[in-house]
Amino acid sequence: MAETRAADPKEVERKLAVLEPQLKELEQQVAAETDPKKKEQLAKKITRTRDKIRQAKTGERLSRQTKRDLVAYSFIAPNFIGFAIFTLGPVIFAFVLAFVKWDGNNPMEFAGLGNFAMMIGNQRFMASLRNTIVYCIATVPFTLVCALGLAVLLNQKIKGRNFFRTVSFFPYVASLVAVAAVWNMLFSPAKNGPVNMILYNVFHVAAKALPKWSADKDWVMFTIVMFSVWKNMGYYMVIYLAGLQGINAELYEAASLDGTNTWQKFRFITWPQLQPTTFFVTIILTINCFKVYDIVYMLAGGSSGVLNESAIVLVYHIYEEAFRNWNLGYASAAAMVLFLIVLAITLIQFRGEKKYA
Amino acid sequence: MKINNTKTRTLRVVLYAVLIMLALLMLVPFVWMLSASFKLDKDVFVFPIQWIPANPRWQNYVDIWNKIPLSKFALNTVKLTLIVTFLQLLTSSFAAYAFGKLEFKGKNILFLAYIATIAVPWQVYMVPQFMMMRAMGLADTHLAIICLQAFSAFGVFMMKQFYEGIPTELCEAARIDGMSEYQIWYKIMLPLSKPALSTLTIFTFVNTWNDFLGPLIYLTTESKKTLQLGLRMFISQFGSEYGLIMAASVLSLIPVLIVFLSLQKYFVEGVAATGVKG
Repeated sequence: MAETRAADPKEVERKLAVLEPQLKELEQQVAAETDPKKKEQLAKKITRTRDKIRQAKTGERLSRQTKRDLVAYSFIAPNFIGFAIFTLGPVIFAFVLAFVKWDGNNPMEFAGLGNFAMMIGNQRFMASLRNTIVYCIATVPFTLVCALGLAVLLNQKIKGRNFFRTVSFFPYVASLVAVAAVWNMLFSPAKNGPVNMILYNVFHVAAKALPKWSADKDWVMFTIVMFSVWKNMGYYMVIYLAGLQGINAELYEAASLDGTNTWQKFRFITWPQLQPTTFFVTIILTINCFKVYDIVYMLAGGSSGVLNESAIVLVYHIYEEAFRNWNLGYASAAAMVLFLIVLAITLIQFRGEKKYA
Repeated sequence: MKINNTKTRTLRVVLYAVLIMLALLMLVPFVWMLSASFKLDKDVFVFPIQWIPANPRWQNYVDIWNKIPLSKFALNTVKLTLIVTFLQLLTSSFAAYAFGKLEFKGKNILFLAYIATIAVPWQVYMVPQFMMMRAMGLADTHLAIICLQAFSAFGVFMMKQFYEGIPTELCEAARIDGMSEYQIWYKIMLPLSKPALSTLTIFTFVNTWNDFLGPLIYLTTESKKTLQLGLRMFISQFGSEYGLIMAASVLSLIPVLIVFLSLQKYFVEGVAATGVKG
């Protein structure tokens, strides 16, 4: 409880003389207002004014609302302080950094748009942008179809459903370094790699035609995309499962009475009903694809961890420029390109959400 | 009627066949990993694949601890993951309670700050973040990793979505009974938010345990490195010690498997209830 001080009667009267007419006016406005949103706003104002009147009368130092505010801030503070220092600050700093030349030790120099101009002439940047886009275009539809298929299958009433769900989700939670190591061995470019052995012995692919997977510049993206779909589809499957559970079962019952077959049910009920989910998955998937880094690093980086131009991606380019070459300004400018792409996708999402809400 | 029955039965059989095929596709790399971890390097690539090694080589699981400071790496990772997950759950659910259930000045602006950064990928600001941490003397410390993982906007957002689904009447009734806001959070909200907390635990635990780029940028001293970095280092140094690599990989998967299996029953429910799918 806030301490009360002896209220000066004159002071109280002066305050009440201002507040009470305000309250009356507000109450009249509420009575006349028809728009429910505005009405709500006015109601809040009235509560606040009443609070102030009571505060003036009792002479409490802190009004109830202030006390409530303080309690709320105490809830937020532990997270917000960490968040403000370690996320919000750097985000703002990133926008500044994109327009300067800085190596981390010497003073910064203003560079204007110089960093962005440098990017256009940089082959590695152009290659990384191209590869990232190719990766997205290949991965998004492929993952989407697999995730949806899995979700529809695993939404049926079948025995061992939980087992199958867990199994499909497991690659997503498994450590990337470990599973990438397995893939590198399974898809070993040598003739005796297990997958190549199967291709050679079972499918009789000629020894010379055996793909060199991540060691071949024409196959490296394919290998990466395949791995990425395998690793991540379980995650998007869970999102689809959540979406499927939101579909009203009566729709299917009605369709059964009309004698529709399984495909028709999918085509005319499931698919249209899942539209918002599909939209959401597409957006999240695309954003995540643009952030790709570690998959490529592990599969195509070899032992040195250096990516060549057939596999370099945007985030890797940012990493190498910042932490290998210490071109911090340039790296931040490249990061801005990534940000603008993600922002554009997010804006599409906002518009879509309004449509589907 | 009979025709219909046979038809459904065939459909069932096809369904199960497809599912088992898919499950195999998902599991084969893991089974191969496990099988290879018990083999001599020269036997790993023998064809046809020997799924169950004739003479399982347990020695791989002994040698790996001596070849690299695996126990140190594992300890570092366990420490980081536990601290980050604990801080993330505590501070996010705490802040989310205020955003979801309390009215206060500046609520919308503060929340907007969170939302705005959700759309900014970490990779965009990792460079300035590193420079800032370095200026604060946090480069090459575990504290840096904790700070950068523990206060994500994602956790707050997700918990808030969930709390908004809990009827406000519950809080009001508790307030009338004279509970403080802290008590309401602890005694009413927390017990009700198990699905959301489990989902957030899986996400945070898995992300921190498996994080690669963060530790790669920040940690340079070998004794401070995490399991993922250590494993990667081992692979690039001893690329042809297949059996050992696989043994280390199997070991690094076990904790995630345990956490995931013990919390997974809440998972779909959690994703559905929070509406957060990213």
